[in-house]
Amino acid sequence: MFELLGVPPQVLFGQLLLGLINGSFYALLSLGLAVIFGMLNVINFAHGAQYMLGAFAAYLLGQYAGIGYWWSLLLAPLAVGAFGIVLEKTMLSRLYKLDHLYGLLLTFGLALIIEGVFRQVYGVSGQPYPIPALLQGGQNLGFMFLPNYRGWVIVASLLICLATWYAIERTRLGAYLRAATENPVLVQAFGINVPVMITLTYGFGVALAGFAGVLAAPIYQVNPLMGSNLIIVVFAVVVIGGMGSILGAILTGFGLGILEGLTKVFYPEASNIVIFVVMAIVLLIKPAGLFGRER
Amino acid sequence: MLKTFLLAGTAIAIGAGAAGSASAQISNDAVRIGVLNDRSGIYADLSGEGSAVAARMAAEEFGGNIAGAPIEIVVGDHQNKADIAANTARQWVDTDNVDVVADVPNSAAALAVQEIMRDRKHILLMSGPGSTDLTGKACSPYGFHWTYDNYAMAAGTGRAMYEQGNEKWFFLTADYAFGHSLENETTKMVQSLGGEVAGTVRHPLGTADFSSFLLQAQGSGADVIGLANAGSDTTNAIKQASEFGITQAGQNLAGLLLFITDVHALGLEAAQDLMLTTGFYWDRDDATREWSAKFESLHGSKPTMVHAGVYSAVRHYLQAVKDAGTDDADAVSAKMREMPVNDMFASDGKILPNGRMVHDMYLARVKKPSESQGPWDYYEIVSTMPADQAFLAPADSGCALVN
Amino acid sequence: MATNTQTAGTLRQDTINPTARNALIVLGLAVAIAAPFVLYPVFLMKLLCFALFACAFNLLIGYVGLLSFGHAAFFGGAAYVTAHAAKVWGLTPELAILLGVASATLMGLVFGFIAIRRQGIYFAMVTLALSQMVFFVALQAPFTGGEDGIQAVPRGHLLGLIDLYVPLNMYYFVLAVFLFGFALIWRTVESPFGQVLKAIRENEARAVSLGYKVDRYKLMAFVMSAALAGLAGGTKALVFQLASLTDVQWQMSGEVVLMTLLGGMGTLFGPVVGAALVVTLQNYLAGTQLPVTVVTGAIFVVCVLLFRRGIVGEALRLMGAKRN
Repeated sequence: MFELLGVPPQVLFGQLLLGLINGSFYALLSLGLAVIFGMLNVINFAHGAQYMLGAFAAYLLGQYAGIGYWWSLLLAPLAVGAFGIVLEKTMLSRLYKLDHLYGLLLTFGLALIIEGVFRQVYGVSGQPYPIPALLQGGQNLGFMFLPNYRGWVIVASLLICLATWYAIERTRLGAYLRAATENPVLVQAFGINVPVMITLTYGFGVALAGFAGVLAAPIYQVNPLMGSNLIIVVFAVVVIGGMGSILGAILTGFGLGILEGLTKVFYPEASNIVIFVVMAIVLLIKPAGLFGRER
Repeated sequence: MLKTFLLAGTAIAIGAGAAGSASAQISNDAVRIGVLNDRSGIYADLSGEGSAVAARMAAEEFGGNIAGAPIEIVVGDHQNKADIAANTARQWVDTDNVDVVADVPNSAAALAVQEIMRDRKHILLMSGPGSTDLTGKACSPYGFHWTYDNYAMAAGTGRAMYEQGNEKWFFLTADYAFGHSLENETTKMVQSLGGEVAGTVRHPLGTADFSSFLLQAQGSGADVIGLANAGSDTTNAIKQASEFGITQAGQNLAGLLLFITDVHALGLEAAQDLMLTTGFYWDRDDATREWSAKFESLHGSKPTMVHAGVYSAVRHYLQAVKDAGTDDADAVSAKMREMPVNDMFASDGKILPNGRMVHDMYLARVKKPSESQGPWDYYEIVSTMPADQAFLAPADSGCALVN
Repeated sequence: MATNTQTAGTLRQDTINPTARNALIVLGLAVAIAAPFVLYPVFLMKLLCFALFACAFNLLIGYVGLLSFGHAAFFGGAAYVTAHAAKVWGLTPELAILLGVASATLMGLVFGFIAIRRQGIYFAMVTLALSQMVFFVALQAPFTGGEDGIQAVPRGHLLGLIDLYVPLNMYYFVLAVFLFGFALIWRTVESPFGQVLKAIRENEARAVSLGYKVDRYKLMAFVMSAALAGLAGGTKALVFQLASLTDVQWQMSGEVVLMTLLGGMGTLFGPVVGAALVVTLQNYLAGTQLPVTVVTGAIFVVCVLLFRRGIVGEALRLMGAKRN
């Protein structure tokens, strides 16, 4: 078979595929963060923990209620989103009048609690979650082997990201949302219930994290620590993409995933830090982020 | 359990950091054993609470006390972190009157604890870790490496896989002391037999997703992928290798350190025909079956070699304390080295000058689902490796205590 | 960016009765000197190192209003450099620590330069990401020993004379280091430089309009905070004779934030109190079955919602209220 720059195609395309899969998660999670930040001006540090909750919800639904993967894809995000709404109503909303840093600190504390509780109950070695029967096996494409489930992850992520983008940028509800972000007082004066919108937005962002968690469960092991290192990479993705830009979050997420995959092929030692290096460069050249607008 | 630092500190603060007291009787009127291992992470199943159960079983054989001094067992979770292990061991010895520390899987943690115990002149009974450095360049007169080590794994599984025709190797290595040591030993063994190593890739301890590393392994064209890792790292790698069609495409997997709990977690369907080296199998003879049945009634699963090793080491230690009439580390070490190790775990086991306890090791093959008659009936013992083949001669170990 | 971090009590501490304050300080020193005879010295040294770390962090959040979520990079990075210098290059402890401080200062300069370009939450996220980068480098760089860490770090002889393996000697050395760092922070905060920092925190736009090169002041404060965090980290490496990945993880950054928040952001003594409480709590919890992270997280949540001034902050407010 042909070789590209001294690298066999199996390896190159395989890593690109893996990069695209990672990128799917980066995109989904940074989308959730961007949505929450856009409305609430809060950095939801608990996003990683909520992603983990989604995976555990799927696992628990399977263990105790016999509910399979496909229903979990719907139910788990709803459950996690509902949990998010409770958090927002009881705790987050008290902090809106204060410095935004307190929101960060609160969600950080919540992340510690959520992760600590699950860690206490389940340990850190991870629970297995089976790949749904429909998606088992894979396709041998000649230049690489594509497991079916991983292909599905990319498709699902793209669908949800595009649907969210469409809802926010092209529908009336989205227009209200964007307006409330710019000028909540005025929008409230028009009779739209802004606090409820805020609560629901937070719930939606958290549900996105939960959805990503269910997608991750069959491939990454359901594990209390699965969110914690991932969330920091997602922060970097959001900084690079520019806060508050929905399209920016999606494109940057997928793009950086692919970049990370490429780095694994040619310079594997740097693959962990390449995203942070890109972040440093972007900050020096364009501090607002690639797609961001200065607030 | 552990006393609070305030109470103990008042009594012991002056002696903090100094050597443990040498006395002609049992210090503090109790023989306290600290079982330090991973109780909640990737190595929890192969060690964890099971090791504490094994230690208690050993203590029971002495009626729970030695010359009137009660035997107490405390447990600690080092979470696979060398600094937590070191701090726990240090605090145990300095302020909590712990006399001996046992188990300590995770070679980085074991190396750190070895330093502390050597400095404070207390005995360390290692069953969990694998690094040969523990009886090599980091050896200690108070450190005893009981159950297995990476050389034994290389000599057993490495050689067996090579002789099956796997001459070109690729290593998937856990990136810390244990993984490096296991990869090293197996490389030496393979190369000495005439094989070659096509490449190696390092993964962080506790990796959930091996896909990227497995891809590299696949791309190397090796006959066999040597898994120089343990616990859930190994089981995840094996599961995902199957998911990516690697095993179906013809590459073999060599689980260089495999425990019966890993096979249990994988299931025979996924694990069948894997070769492995072990220091203990519950179904080997009547003595092991009897002990293991009792262990299972207390812990809920059959013992791994780590559990059995903790039992054997603690039992031998307690016997030495009884015979020496004191728990002073120097006296007990000398006694331990004098007596051969004879129990259900080892017959005529010997402690070498570098702290290595040598005994027979067993090469086993994981049964196919059709060959197994029930849960835990997983291994077929293929051959026995005598002690001198399974372990390095002290002169070759690099230990400064051996002249 | 104007902050309402509600660090009330900052200015008020300058108006506390100086005699009372001096009396408290003398009492504190007496306790510190007598402590190793009563309590486990290694525990006390850990406490002092983290107290210094928290004070260094507080310089940035309490007096400049910048929340850095990546201070572990300086703490842990210096720990590695000091450990390597003492073990592999055989330097005496004070030189090894100085080298650690130098590395933290350099890192502070580079990170500060990048991070200062953003403010508020962005600043926090950037520092977090940069510190995570340091974590991954530490994971892979050969000299850090990855998961194994740098072990068996020799304590050596201070200035070639004083044997630091004797616990009391080591304790007093660590105490001296802490007092030095603390005094430095105190002087800085009360100096004209410190006044400008406070002005920047209260109203940055105004400070700019008054002609102050705000970015330069912020960067200087950042570097100083990093250097002192490095001092704490290097000393810690010698106390425990170990430098490991735990020191550069983001959880460590979170811990120092908690210590400062709990003790009182923007107060001089708050971080010390917070550090003492958190270290003691962790020590106590380690012997029980209770999960440490859950308790830590719960304290965070409670502090943010109900107790933003922290212990010392609340105490100062109460004392002020009483007098009025």
